[in-house]
Amino acid sequence: MNYGIVIVSHVPELAQGLPKLLQQVAKDVPITAAGGTDDDEIGTSVTKIMTAFADNPADELLTFYDLGSAKMNLELASEMSDKPIHLYDTALVESAYSAAALLEAGVKLPEIEAQLAPLKIK
Amino acid sequence: MDLALDQATKWLELFGDEIEKNKAYLSDLDTPIGDADHGFNMARGMEAVETSLAQKAPADLAGLFKQTAMALITKVGGASGPLYGTAFLEMSKQAAQTSELNSLLAAALAGIKKRGGAAAGDKTMVDVWEAVLPELAQGTLTDAKIDEAVEATKPLIAKKGRASYLGERSKGHIDPGAMSSGYLFKALLKAVA
Repeated sequence: MNYGIVIVSHVPELAQGLPKLLQQVAKDVPITAAGGTDDDEIGTSVTKIMTAFADNPADELLTFYDLGSAKMNLELASEMSDKPIHLYDTALVESAYSAAALLEAGVKLPEIEAQLAPLKIK
Repeated sequence: MDLALDQATKWLELFGDEIEKNKAYLSDLDTPIGDADHGFNMARGMEAVETSLAQKAPADLAGLFKQTAMALITKVGGASGPLYGTAFLEMSKQAAQTSELNSLLAAALAGIKKRGGAAAGDKTMVDVWEAVLPELAQGTLTDAKIDEAVEATKPLIAKKGRASYLGERSKGHIDPGAMSSGYLFKALLKAVA
């Protein structure tokens, strides 16, 4: 089982920018992102999230998001996806960075989740 | 009462008209306590619903609600997309069993609560749904009672959604999702009258 990361943000630039930070410490972890609405306005898109799930070569995905409605669309998309999706209500930048670094180091999921637990803020 | 396909179609048309007419007002309500997009997002969504229904006429209630849900889920960028989308998706699932209006709406409300995690008193659309559904079931729902339920969100402190980041400062404003839900129920009353 290999794991990937999906970032979901209301802002296209935020979704494109954060993977750059993660890739610095996790060059082998597949990271995809979905930012903004279908028209690249501020918001989130189930279609874009589904694409980020499909484009990510990993079998199982850890997902991180910015604000509330991104979570709702993430949940909708994960109900429609065949891949197992894990959703974390954690501080976006810090927790995605932490997960990326730990995945790169080959740390197992339960241990990663234990590290993410204190970063839960929503 | 059972909801007929033509009544439900009328309901969605009337709701779409109300949203279109009030989109600027809804976005204004969303300005002090949100991201100022509720009316425009909903208008875009209901326009997509109209287009979808014009392209393919649904055969039954379940189909009508499914098409409505998919249009809202894919076209509304804000929280109202997944929330209203889930409401119609749950009604679509329920419509496969029954077309009884109250049980359709109960399924919708359960879906909204699950999707958004909001409870009564959180200053969201849930407050209106919770107030309206029992009245509708008893046959005592009126436009005035709907207005009352919408207005009742004003003094509340928001616990969910973008407004919750404002804490105490969210007091004194009508919740935009409560307002659009008010339009939804007024449209329903008109459609089944």
